[in-house]
Amino acid sequence: MGGILVGNPLKRNEAMPQLRLQNLTLGYDRHPAVHHLDGVVKDGALLAVVGPNGAGKSTLFKGIAGMLKPLAGSIKREGKDDRGVGYLPQAPDIDRSFPIGVYDMVAMGLWRSRGLLSGIAGKDHHTIEAAIAAVGLTGFEARPIGTLSGGQMQRMLFARLIAQDAGLILLDEPFAALDARTSAELLGLVQRWHGEGRTVLAALHDVDLVRAAFPETLLLAREPVAWGRTGAVLTSENLNKAQRMCEAFDEAAEACAVAAE
Amino acid sequence: MLYDNLIAPFADFEFMRRALIGTVALAFGAPPIGVFLMLRRMSLIGDAMAHAILPGAAIGFLLAGLSLPAMAGGGLVAGFVIAIGAGLIARSTQLKEDASLAALFVISLALGVTIVSLKGSNIDLMHFLFGSVLAIDNSALILILAITSVSLVVLALIWRPLVLDSVDPGFLRTVSRAGAAAHAGFLALVVLNLVGGFQVLGTLLAVGIMMLPAIGARFWARDVTGMIVAAIASALIASYVGLILSFRAELPSGPAIILVAGFIYVLSVGLGPVGGLIWLVLPRRHLEA
Repeated sequence: MGGILVGNPLKRNEAMPQLRLQNLTLGYDRHPAVHHLDGVVKDGALLAVVGPNGAGKSTLFKGIAGMLKPLAGSIKREGKDDRGVGYLPQAPDIDRSFPIGVYDMVAMGLWRSRGLLSGIAGKDHHTIEAAIAAVGLTGFEARPIGTLSGGQMQRMLFARLIAQDAGLILLDEPFAALDARTSAELLGLVQRWHGEGRTVLAALHDVDLVRAAFPETLLLAREPVAWGRTGAVLTSENLNKAQRMCEAFDEAAEACAVAAE
Repeated sequence: MLYDNLIAPFADFEFMRRALIGTVALAFGAPPIGVFLMLRRMSLIGDAMAHAILPGAAIGFLLAGLSLPAMAGGGLVAGFVIAIGAGLIARSTQLKEDASLAALFVISLALGVTIVSLKGSNIDLMHFLFGSVLAIDNSALILILAITSVSLVVLALIWRPLVLDSVDPGFLRTVSRAGAAAHAGFLALVVLNLVGGFQVLGTLLAVGIMMLPAIGARFWARDVTGMIVAAIASALIASYVGLILSFRAELPSGPAIILVAGFIYVLSVGLGPVGGLIWLVLPRRHLEA
């Protein structure tokens, strides 16, 4: 039942662990969507999470972001980076009819530093403008979010992540339904974050993109298939294996024996 | 002539002055709450909460007769119990908040009408349901002014999480726990303003001064602040014109005020500069870029 770990996450002696997953099981109505996942994400890692639909990628991110309580096991943030978690869901629950502009949406990224009441000061305006410029939305500050295209929306959410200044960034299918130019520019931002020493996890289905841009990969099919250097993980054998692992919940499933240790 | 119609009623009669102060205060407190209810797709929640406060006010009436502190206090307690109960059920079961609130408020309404009928007459029931703006005493005025003040201060305090919880609740949950607190505080403001309004307008019409100006404001402004300004302005006009109308034409004042607010709403839907119906008839040419 347990996951087979092919190699550990990249051994980098200088890197501290950022995230420790211990026997982690996440799911809905007691049915596991992520089953017995063990591993460590190093501080500053750039990790792709790959797997077929229903593999538990989104569930894993929800768990790490603290939106879903583990059914078993634990998720621990370790290390000295306390800059918070930036989480971009696959389908953000945004009310696009709400009358708010791009600038104010990006400014929300400053919540951790500004909180409930403190004003947005001169330095913050600079941070927000810089974030908007970095995603190429300069000139769109006053535009209501309801008038943005899909690509512009995703750019705006990336700008908010920049303003958020998080140490751990979780991107769930960040390039889905984007054109090549937008994906390339946003991928550039991901690499910039990696260069700045932030830990970035991205759920992706484009294997070629992962091979080209992500040094480490977790191949997930509800249970971990492989975790390590991208080249060693994304073999056709592993990908076929991930594909075979079923998607549907077994309604008649017995209680998992591994859980009782 | 103009003086006789527009100013004399208030210069000559104290009860008209009290009524004006009370409704003006309500016009500052309730419409901003209504704007957020509308933007959060909770427009009907105000109606539900208005019904929910009835049994509390009725128990106050049963114990102390037509006494404002007893009825307002009872209404507050009942409103909070229903709001918190609905929130708890929504958080711990698969029911959404609107469903659990719908279940609780009809129970509450049935209970309230039953309690009123235990002691009161039909006239008492009418007073409950439609209020009496012309019988506002000092304690009622103080209550309304206090509620408006608290309401504006609390709204300023929870503004940021409330906006964020309305636009992108998922994001707020990842950065802060303030969302749940802001939502609870906001529901408390709904209850408070309805209790303030029910003395003047009755439990059934209190929601009118909260929602009608707010919904109409959507046709006058593109951002939240502008909508709140427009909503307060139209609530003020409705209060003043409604009182004059009720004085001149001897109409009951609560329904008169709400009818004027309704008239402004219809005007807004028809002629409002932001997406009013008139722009369907008078299309403007599209811009170059």
